[in-house]
Amino acid sequence: MIAINRRQILLSGIFLSLFAVVGTTLVALTEYSTSAAIAENERQVLLRNLYALLPRDRLDNDIAADTLQLPAAALLGTDDASIVYRARLGGEPVAAIFNSVAPDGYNGKIHLLVGVYIDGRLAGVRVVKHAETPGLGDAVEIRKSPWIKDFAGKSLANPTPERWRVKRDGGDFDQFTGATITPRAVVAAVRNTLLYYQQNADMIFN
Amino acid sequence: MTTKREISRNGLWSNNVALVQLLGLCPLLAVTSTVVNGIGLGIATLITLVLSNTIVSLIRGFVRNEVRLPVFVLIIASIVTIIELSMQALFYDLYLVLGIFIPLIVTNCAIIGRAEGFASRNPVGPAALDGLMMGLGFLVVLALLGGLREIIGFGTLFTNAELMFGEGAQSLKLEINPDYPGFLLAVLPPGAFFGLAILIVAKNWLDLRPQEKPEIISPVPESV
Repeated sequence: MIAINRRQILLSGIFLSLFAVVGTTLVALTEYSTSAAIAENERQVLLRNLYALLPRDRLDNDIAADTLQLPAAALLGTDDASIVYRARLGGEPVAAIFNSVAPDGYNGKIHLLVGVYIDGRLAGVRVVKHAETPGLGDAVEIRKSPWIKDFAGKSLANPTPERWRVKRDGGDFDQFTGATITPRAVVAAVRNTLLYYQQNADMIFN
Repeated sequence: MTTKREISRNGLWSNNVALVQLLGLCPLLAVTSTVVNGIGLGIATLITLVLSNTIVSLIRGFVRNEVRLPVFVLIIASIVTIIELSMQALFYDLYLVLGIFIPLIVTNCAIIGRAEGFASRNPVGPAALDGLMMGLGFLVVLALLGGLREIIGFGTLFTNAELMFGEGAQSLKLEINPDYPGFLLAVLPPGAFFGLAILIVAKNWLDLRPQEKPEIISPVPESV
């Protein structure tokens, strides 16, 4: 009996591993044949997001490749290294686009792209990823409301630092009906990103 | 042996995955905030079901009983991973919307249920048909629930159709009433439960209506 059992177990094991090998091979082949297209798709989406912040004629470098790794920073809201994209025109720095995080959204982190011109003015802000309440907090998305466009042109001098708040907190920025926490988090994150830029501008453009 | 008619009827209506078996509710409830999301996940599930049923049926003769379930899971997981990669390559924008739910198809009990309960005991033809019909039944419910929630929640239909059908489909979007304020409950998860409940009630109501000519339906035992 024991001998038969051992044979059964062995056969089953071989059978299962055979399927594992075939399955893994098929997945690996698919991965191999799609990886170039996937990388290109990711790049296109990234470029679309970056060009939404900066007019195309303001830069002539390959902004998706001209990056710098920034260490985790409280002002950027990042727990890990993040990437900053650098826009240049004729070799001269024009703007930096940060991946910053608003850690205190209503439903966790709100991931932002924040574009800052070399003089400290905001080129624009977009929400990349969030889990805010549909119909309330998600008005920070450009597809849902133009609210996020208000940041363009603002800087730490305009409005003054104490006015960098939503109106309910005595600042200059609108909140949404029924949702104050989300815009408050985004406004704070954008202000902090500007502060970070102010302190690190030289390092970012070398 | 089950006839084609019975298989189709089972999948689409009398043993519908979402309305009767109540399987795969996690992705069902999570993605059906719009028609397009529903159809996207429905198609991915349909393809998975057809392929997994076909393969499981093909190997049913020599798969060893003790390792049958791990083998089925392996097959399903490989298929879903391949679909996920292809989707990233071909429909990246749709993938960005549905992305996190695609791997969840692996855990959709309906798929392993059909593999174990039907495909492993039937020839390839009926097994593939069963996968197609079960998948279609699921797809239709996803689309209906998505439509219901989209109309009530946003007052639109076919938003983001361009993610799936290309730029030309943008005109498909219907705005029922531009001033519609939206109804948040329908968009949030509870709305999915209410919506599904409404669909189940509707199906049972249709089933229970007095029939004009009584049919003799012998119940088909289903082991899932």
